Amino acid sequence: MSAPGPNIVETSEGAQEMGARQVTDAAELLREEGAVLRLAEGAVVDPGDYNLESVEEDDTMIINMGPQHPSTHGVLRVMLELQGETVLRSKPVIGYLHTGIEKTQEELMYIQGSTNVTRMDYMANFFNESVFSLAVEALLDVEVPPRATWIRMLLMELNRVASHLLFMATNGMDVGAISMMLYGWRERELILAFFEKVTGLRMNHNFIRPGGVAADLPDGWREDVLAICDAIPPRLEEYDTLITGQPIFQQRTQGVGVLTAEQAIALSATGPILRATGTQWDLRRDLPYLFYDQLEFNVVVGTYGDAFDRYAVRLNEMRESLQIVRQIVDLMPPGDYRVQDKKVTPPPRARIDESMEALIHHFKLFTEGFKVPEGEVYVAIEAPRGELGGYLVSDGSAKPYRFHMRDPSFANLQSLPVMLRGGLVADAVAVISSIDPVMGGVDR
Amino acid sequence: MLHGAPVGWSHGQQVLHPSRAAYLGLVEALYADEFHFCSDLCAVDYLAHPARSLPQGVQPERFEVVVNLVSLTQHRRLRLRVQVPAGEPVVASLFTVHPGTEAMEREAFDLMGIRFEGHPDLTRILMPEDWEGHPLRKDYSVGRVPVQFKAAPLGR
Repeated sequence: MSAPGPNIVETSEGAQEMGARQVTDAAELLREEGAVLRLAEGAVVDPGDYNLESVEEDDTMIINMGPQHPSTHGVLRVMLELQGETVLRSKPVIGYLHTGIEKTQEELMYIQGSTNVTRMDYMANFFNESVFSLAVEALLDVEVPPRATWIRMLLMELNRVASHLLFMATNGMDVGAISMMLYGWRERELILAFFEKVTGLRMNHNFIRPGGVAADLPDGWREDVLAICDAIPPRLEEYDTLITGQPIFQQRTQGVGVLTAEQAIALSATGPILRATGTQWDLRRDLPYLFYDQLEFNVVVGTYGDAFDRYAVRLNEMRESLQIVRQIVDLMPPGDYRVQDKKVTPPPRARIDESMEALIHHFKLFTEGFKVPEGEVYVAIEAPRGELGGYLVSDGSAKPYRFHMRDPSFANLQSLPVMLRGGLVADAVAVISSIDPVMGGVDR
Repeated sequence: MLHGAPVGWSHGQQVLHPSRAAYLGLVEALYADEFHFCSDLCAVDYLAHPARSLPQGVQPERFEVVVNLVSLTQHRRLRLRVQVPAGEPVVASLFTVHPGTEAMEREAFDLMGIRFEGHPDLTRILMPEDWEGHPLRKDYSVGRVPVQFKAAPLGR
């Protein structure tokens, strides 16, 4: 192990550059490779396999891919050290979309908080809102009515499908299947139209709030949801024809960006990236939350951990999610859609005209907010990109003392250098795309 | 006590409170107990809220480093809360045990100013490279945009 780096200083940390070549000694190479990652003693990677010393420094070139590159999905910058077309080393540089959402969250009351967190991972809004609401409810110790929980699950599963459809679109575009982009957007629009009908907005809904959801489902929601469940599976079959079996797509993705299960676990990768390596880990099944233990679904896993497996896992997860949605439609109970605790839930609009107490409660809730007992809690749910965690600390006031979000894209990006090592620069586009990072969530 | 660290419970979640010196050793011991996955690492600044409830024998300090470990085989979660003094905000890096904490420790360093000993590349990750200070600290004031109209002075 090398000594602590020279970079430990108080405020100015220097440029985010690649370290000098000499820094990459054998021990660090092993760690980067995830080596020491508890492979069996004899199976440890031989540093001789990676004879970086044999490559002359002058033979390599460091290029920046991004931050303004169409395939980096926002503002991701990847520094690549190339020898010819081969990627020797790489480093993702992030922070271009940092807006200080965690700091802002400390200035907002709990009742305002979900407006803010929904803008983190803007492809998985309902998940962000849910994880915040679940954390607040855990500290408040309130029991959310069953219908509210089922509505949350319905919206989250549809959101997962919408998010994966967006992945299908961008992944197709990145590897050269431009028509795929249009199909992906088209199907996603079906779901976003339903979201608009329910919440009033296509994205950034602020619909799932501490204590329940903002409104009941609109009339005719059942037919709308079933229409989506009927419309999308045949389109997924079309994707199979268009993409899955297509030789060009297979050659672009199979065996590209391979990650082993040990590496994925050591690098804290979750979601489709972890499952593509063959690791069966889905929080919905393995650490159940909400009512997922009452549903039947399969956890989709891959075999090789390459870009193609990550595509296939997501494609089949959509099918499973639609099956879950059908079950939720059957199981949706009647009842309240938010908790009937007047200290947490604002009164309905009609009551304000009739009742002085309702008016007072409404006024107090929206000016002072509600107080949450002191404590700390960590909740995690399975977002489209992996484990989305929220760590909430309350000091007993109406604002969160600290709310930290564990965003799956942020952690998953760490696997990028391992996936890219030794590949071609043209494959970098396919590999970045297969991680499916959303920079709003990465940078927060 | 688990591996010599006081155990607390918070809303049904098991929380360990190791000392700074015992932190890395505890994580290694938990690794041997099949906690192979580190899902999250973040830091909290308790400057404005020093009187939080901690188990007996744990001396509260200004900063806390909070680590969430998962055992994929036992389907269990475990949380570690390490007290870090304001005068010397340094803890050991988990990089050798869980390489996936690399970015998370950089984030905690960037936004909270905790230094992780043994981290291979402790640089800013989210803020600009020449940024002064650590924005998530409680004594770091939020910025203001100059506006034409000011709030009414108090006491009128």
